[in-house]
Amino acid sequence: MIPIKLIQDTAETLMDKAAIEIPQDYLDGLQEAARTEDGDLSSFVLKAMLENYEAAKEDRRAMCGDTGVPRWFVKMGNDASVEGGMIALEAALRRATANATNGVPLRPNRVHPLWRTDHNNNVGIGAPEIEYGFEPEGAWIDLITVHKGGLFGTDYRMLFPSDGTQGIKRFYLDSLMAFGKRGLACQPAIIGIGLGGSKDICMTLGKRASTLRVVGSRNSDPRIAEMEDEFKELGNSIGMGAMGFVGKNMVIDCNIEVGYCHTGGMPMSVHAFCLSSRRAVARIHSDGRVEHRTDPDWFTPYQRRETIDWEPQQEAAE
Amino acid sequence: MSAPKEVRLSTTPTDEAIADLRLGDVVYLDGLMYTAREGVYMRALEDKANIPMELPSQSAANFHCSPAARINADGSFDLGAVTATASFRFAKWLPEWMAKTGAKLIVGKGGMTSRDYKEYFVPNGAVYLSTVGYGTGALLGRGVESVEAVHWNDELGLAQAMWVIKCNRMGPFIVASDLNGDCLFERENAKIAENIARVYEGTKPAVLKRYGESDDRTDEVI
Repeated sequence: MIPIKLIQDTAETLMDKAAIEIPQDYLDGLQEAARTEDGDLSSFVLKAMLENYEAAKEDRRAMCGDTGVPRWFVKMGNDASVEGGMIALEAALRRATANATNGVPLRPNRVHPLWRTDHNNNVGIGAPEIEYGFEPEGAWIDLITVHKGGLFGTDYRMLFPSDGTQGIKRFYLDSLMAFGKRGLACQPAIIGIGLGGSKDICMTLGKRASTLRVVGSRNSDPRIAEMEDEFKELGNSIGMGAMGFVGKNMVIDCNIEVGYCHTGGMPMSVHAFCLSSRRAVARIHSDGRVEHRTDPDWFTPYQRRETIDWEPQQEAAE
Repeated sequence: MSAPKEVRLSTTPTDEAIADLRLGDVVYLDGLMYTAREGVYMRALEDKANIPMELPSQSAANFHCSPAARINADGSFDLGAVTATASFRFAKWLPEWMAKTGAKLIVGKGGMTSRDYKEYFVPNGAVYLSTVGYGTGALLGRGVESVEAVHWNDELGLAQAMWVIKCNRMGPFIVASDLNGDCLFERENAKIAENIARVYEGTKPAVLKRYGESDDRTDEVI
């Protein structure tokens, strides 16, 4: 049984870390970009961002004034149980979000879409989002918080099999061009592409591809992994860099996730996880141990399973 | 590769200081700056509420920003990170706002179009400064010496309220328009445009079109 207080305390720490500490994988990617960038202005921008990450950590203040829209991904081993059950867990995550908004402080970004009501704590109807995943073994719970920017860099389109890879490339480039100009997407970014699924799941896949996979990771399907390399290269060959200035670093990495879709269609979504790629992860064990990390490790073989049952696939792999 | 020129600028700048700015210069600000975005614009311009500051004598710098900040129980303010929000959405209110307040520096994210600059920035002797990144929230937060006041918090909430901040070498910002009405981002777009055809080579338009790609509603999208 995992104590509810430990969940809330850990969640508050994660909120703080996500807002302040740039994840190492993204930092490594950006340092490499800064090393290779030769556009005068975009090079200046990347250097300023690297200084900014240092300032944020030194001062323990948020990296960016727009602290995004906090959300939670919760993953549980099949043997995990939470004191008070899932209702208590959801309350703890909502409370941690509210407390950290005031504590760090974060910007109270969440408002009612019509009445613009702001509770000044990032909590409201459907906010923060809490999504769940499960793993076949383990008595642990993974808390993952992501504070993604909310306005630009994302698009969806229903493509069809006849659009093919060239159609996918076109929509990818269109998204980068549309939101890269003037730097609206806050690039260089981790670009996530969702292919397939139903319309809503297509968006979910792309968002998770950008936020729940680290820079340098590759899809377990080697042909998709090749596409990821190719699309990263393609995005960086536009000639556009940070803030839409002339440059060669637009895409720190490109992650693609797929889901089975309607036989007639090929839905596609594109997402950009920005220069302040805010994510933080902790695993809480049933014995009270808490391990912090920055890799959500969301897309396990179990999450990408294709079979009806899990066990047969496991045996086949052995 | 050359480093951009650095300039320190007052938030109540002289006409000469503004005229000296060049596209791509890096600016650090000193003096009072206020945040104003859609909430403040609507309240001041549409609801005709009295602006609670002396403008432009106290400040000629309008920041399109909501800070990551809190108001403490004792009424004091804690401000963490500060970055701008995209300015193009405010074009509807800016001409009237600039005429009314004498703002000379519009500070935000992403700039406006050269048409905006020529139509109402240049006649008001104003230029646009873009934040960098985006965004260097922690660096800009360091440049805030103090929060002088938060106006209209009850009416608009923390994110839309009018924050009055005292800047001490606050930056970096990039000069994104000049007194010719030229636009830094459009200049960069034009350079990048030369390469676009090559990058798109071999790709093809989607089978299913959408409205927006055609604005003629008598068209079909197939």
